[in-house]
Amino acid sequence: MNAPIPNAALNGRAVEPATGAMLTVRIRRDGGFQTFAVARRPAQTILDVVTEIQREQDPTLAYRFACRVGMCGSCAMMVNGRPRWTCRTRVAAVAASDGLTLEPLRNLPVVKDLAVDMEPFFEKWTAAHGAFEPGDAPTVDFAVVAPDSPERRAVDAGIECINCGVCYAACDVVTWNPDYLGPAALNRAWTLVNDVRDRGREARLEAVSGDAGCQSCHTHMSCTESCPKALAPTFAIAGLKRETAKASLRRLGARRFRRSA
Amino acid sequence: MNPLLYVAQRGTAVILAVAVAVHLGTILYAVRGGLTAGEILGRTQGNRAFLAFYGVFVIAAAIHAPIGLRSILREWTGWRGRSLDGAMLAVSALLVVLGLRAALAVYIA
Ligand code: HEM
Ligand code: SF4
Ligand code: SF4
Ligand code: FES
Repeated sequence: MNAPIPNAALNGRAVEPATGAMLTVRIRRDGGFQTFAVARRPAQTILDVVTEIQREQDPTLAYRFACRVGMCGSCAMMVNGRPRWTCRTRVAAVAASDGLTLEPLRNLPVVKDLAVDMEPFFEKWTAAHGAFEPGDAPTVDFAVVAPDSPERRAVDAGIECINCGVCYAACDVVTWNPDYLGPAALNRAWTLVNDVRDRGREARLEAVSGDAGCQSCHTHMSCTESCPKALAPTFAIAGLKRETAKASLRRLGARRFRRSA
Repeated sequence: MNPLLYVAQRGTAVILAVAVAVHLGTILYAVRGGLTAGEILGRTQGNRAFLAFYGVFVIAAAIHAPIGLRSILREWTGWRGRSLDGAMLAVSALLVVLGLRAALAVYIA
């Protein structure tokens, strides 16, 4: 499920713009801002605006998109300072006084203009053990998972992530601490921690602990506020904090026990 | 942050939440009741419950604050590694010494 798109509350502005209305679009490129003028159109999205600039005014403008319908997660940018999917954001919902400021996604290296290098984002996904771990001996039978078990529900709450990087761009802790794994990777780890078939739990809890891990999250909620899929990485991270704390206390207890035995 | 430091910071936060409330309540009581310094010292002198309470308060703060300070310094300055951890241990020791000295002073005085 996607987050509701605020069509009814378009900042009190009509989806249908006045005829002849123009939009002033500032785009960050080459260390500065370049300004373009684009005609307002009915139900226009931010992606429509960028595409129109690239096709009609400046074919050298680089940006990225694929599906145009909120499926692929490749079109995210900073729109007036906030990370958003540009294909699912209407101009009327966000343009303040007919002005738009577009910048590449925050917290990631820029490749060119509005296209960023997603590599660090995916590297952290891997570092957080974001892949299912079947174990040495794959189970012979189907795992029976009750749909309403607490673990399955915890997985459901975070499973719809499409790796768009919006939450990663929204998180100040990533800016302050570039090693921080970030909300998306930690959210993914939490879905696997709750997957009863997974055999990599201990190693994963280890991987999401420490100065780069879940304990560094300050519960700012910026990720949760901005996720276009209405996921809540903050709560996933709180779950990881709980489970890693329990695991570390258990390890401490086991060490005591071994010493006294 | 190591998960055990995390547990220590959250655990001491619970102690601090109670201790800060009792501490503030005591201050309000002493000030509004119009107690003089002599009367206050009369109640704290040789009072073991008083000493135990402030001893726990001081130690909880000495565990809690340096862990938080470490996070802030890591985020806002480039300071990392062993020198930072050593400095935080020093902050903790300083809080223990200053805090216990103050509590002992009114206990013995
Ligand atoms: C009412 C008592 C207190 C409670 C409930 C409390 C709770 C907390 C919690 C939950 C955090 C973690 C915040 C985060 O990670 O985002 C924290 C951080 C911190 N606390 Fe406390 N605390 C209390 C008293 C104190 C006192 C008395 C001191 C100083 C002596 C202190 C110093 C700090 C510092 C420096 C941080 C780091 C800030 C941060 O991580 O954002 N706290 N506290
Ligand atoms: S959690 Fe949400 S914002 Fe973050 S990458 Fe996944 S879909 Fe995008
Ligand atoms: S809740 Fe945690 S992960 Fe999400 S934006 Fe805040 S600090 Fe980042
Ligand atoms: S273009 Fe695919 S999500 Fe926007």
